[in-house]
Amino acid sequence: MSKLALIIKREYLAKVRNKSFVIMTFLSPVLMVGMIVLIAYLTKINDNDIKTIGVLNESPYFTNKFESNGSISYIDFRGVGLESAKDSIVNIGFYGLLYIPDAADMEAAASASYFYTQDAPGSSIIDALETVFTKQLRQQRLQDLGVSVADFDRVDHNFDINTATFAGQQNLKGLNEIKAIIGGAFGYLIMMFIIIYGGFVMRSVIEEKTSRIIEVIISSVKPFQLMLGKIIGTSLAGITQFAIWIFSATILLGVVIAVFGIDPSALNSGAENAPGFSGAAAYASTADSTMQLYANELFKIPWAMLIGFFMVYFILGYFIYSSIYAAIGAAVDNETDTQQFIFPIILPLMLAIYVGFFSVFNNPHGPIAVGFSLFPLTSPIVMLMRLPGGIGEGGVPIWQVITSIGLLIGTFIGIVWLAAKIYRVGILMYGKKPTYKELFKWLRY
Amino acid sequence: MDNILVARGVSKQFGKHIALNKVSLEIPKNSIYGLLGPNGAGKTTLIRIINQITYPDQGSVFFDGKPLEDKHVAMIGYLPEERGLYKSMKVGEQALYLAQLKGLSKTEAKARLKYWFDRLDIGDWWHKKVQELSKGMAQKIQFIVTVLHQPKLLIFDEPFSGFDPINANIIKDEILQLRDNGTSIIFSTHRMESVEELCDYIALIHRSEKILDGKLTDIKQAYKNNIFKVGLGLKNVNGLLEDLQDNFQILDSEYIEDGQQLNFTVQLPSSDTGGLLAKLSGKGNLNNFTETIPSTNDIFIQTIQNKNLHE
Repeated sequence: MSKLALIIKREYLAKVRNKSFVIMTFLSPVLMVGMIVLIAYLTKINDNDIKTIGVLNESPYFTNKFESNGSISYIDFRGVGLESAKDSIVNIGFYGLLYIPDAADMEAAASASYFYTQDAPGSSIIDALETVFTKQLRQQRLQDLGVSVADFDRVDHNFDINTATFAGQQNLKGLNEIKAIIGGAFGYLIMMFIIIYGGFVMRSVIEEKTSRIIEVIISSVKPFQLMLGKIIGTSLAGITQFAIWIFSATILLGVVIAVFGIDPSALNSGAENAPGFSGAAAYASTADSTMQLYANELFKIPWAMLIGFFMVYFILGYFIYSSIYAAIGAAVDNETDTQQFIFPIILPLMLAIYVGFFSVFNNPHGPIAVGFSLFPLTSPIVMLMRLPGGIGEGGVPIWQVITSIGLLIGTFIGIVWLAAKIYRVGILMYGKKPTYKELFKWLRY
Repeated sequence: MDNILVARGVSKQFGKHIALNKVSLEIPKNSIYGLLGPNGAGKTTLIRIINQITYPDQGSVFFDGKPLEDKHVAMIGYLPEERGLYKSMKVGEQALYLAQLKGLSKTEAKARLKYWFDRLDIGDWWHKKVQELSKGMAQKIQFIVTVLHQPKLLIFDEPFSGFDPINANIIKDEILQLRDNGTSIIFSTHRMESVEELCDYIALIHRSEKILDGKLTDIKQAYKNNIFKVGLGLKNVNGLLEDLQDNFQILDSEYIEDGQQLNFTVQLPSSDTGGLLAKLSGKGNLNNFTETIPSTNDIFIQTIQNKNLHE
């Protein structure tokens, strides 16, 4: 076995056998799924709670306009006074009482209406009541202007505009956002991986320094080999962790679906039909075929290309950052000294995430999105957010992809070279915490 | 080639600090070579250059007659002064790993480790974690790992620090054994007294420069100054001391055992002891007649003083 392979193997095993790694690996999916189940459960409880509202309507208006639905149930009160109605509501334990007094016209009746509750009412209830009032009042005002109820019903429809590209393909609203979210998920994954596993690399370097084994090792192997082996071994451990997560999360999700009786075919029907569905065929108006269109669009996202580029950007980005982490670990004696050096690393990552989410969402091919997807320290994240839109016509221009990867490779070589120099000197330096000036000096040793 | 390692005009500079200034050394095969000097003199820098951990700014190093290159690391065993082990790794696993990094195959390393673990009586440590071991125990593991790949050249930097006297002796015997089996050894220390019984050759490094090197016996010969210690069992001889004082430079004298024994130290003008012995013959039983040889420490101090004088 080559020395590099030996180092990779040791680093991998050291990480994977670590108790906290094992615990985190197996606990995280359980926690995640547990959280999802808890949220679903709590939401269900909340939804099941139907609020009952008494309606005391003394006016001739609004009769039968308050219709019970899934979350609110209206009970009509008749022939009782306001005070006794209030008392009964409190005694029965209803949510509230809507009181509409008699008045000369609908406007006056509405203005004089009151909604009584034990505590301040929830905003969804208020909204529901106000919607009914608003609709009736608007209808009344239009009638006053000579528009009949039938005419009003014809007018009162929401309108959705149809959109299409010049090539004639139907566009779907929100698709850019969906694509950016998919890209964003990839970008976010890269950021988390860099921060977590870069930190592991750094701690591993510090451990070798503090345990004083470093000089024994580098009398057998080149410092660069050790650094490289460490980075690769740690990242393989990380990939193992992700693989276990994806695998166990899938199984757990299956269990959850089975237990809670969610019908998976309902969720997947769109996707299943998608392959046989022609996107250009339908200027569909029903909700169902719109869903089909979305599914079709998602299906048309170039997943193979996306995953391919994810791997390229992930590997280059991870190596750039983790070699900086290794250099930091080499420069200091303990973890508390690392803070001042880590902040400048995290900064471009955070910037990439936030700029990515704000600018790529609105304008995936605008100047800011382009700039950040070319700049090598942010491109692994920002470019991945743009790529779900495709490459070439209508997507990211090919020259940008090539430039971005070219810059990334150049930076990768430069940064790894610099980091290796700092690492080589730093691992043999003990004692004081170095300044940036000293790090710069080390480059020339 | 009878030198395992030759350094020619090796210089190394860190920023403004000169760590080594044109140091040249010749380390003969099959010997123990003491690299001596106070802390910070440049010993460790020189050793790191030999191990190709750092590289010289100027000068060159030859290993077994050839310019130093990558493959030579497998022929060198290095026990650094700053040494340690992975704390959470098991002893056996860790020793195997370090041996494999030196180029041994796994089976070969395992067999040799078993031999050494039995030899140093630590066979039952194989599955222990390093953090369970005492400092001295960990040092034994480090020693084994250093010599395991049977290097042509062994470099020990302060090998005895961290050992109790018993284990230090065991390790010392092992080092001598390795030398007798044909290994060349560089032994770096700032504690001069440990040098005497081990080293065949020494070099003194002081303030980044080599100020003295050669065979230890030759150096001692060169630095001895004809001072002899004499113990004489007297046979009722009066006036002997006065007579001696007239003819020789007596540095120090005393009578012990009620005047039955005279001990004195004498400075002779040359290494010729014939005159003194003639004078003493018939005056009593010569119990003790030894030449005082300067300790390495004395030589070191004297050399530095001479050097400072000349500067």
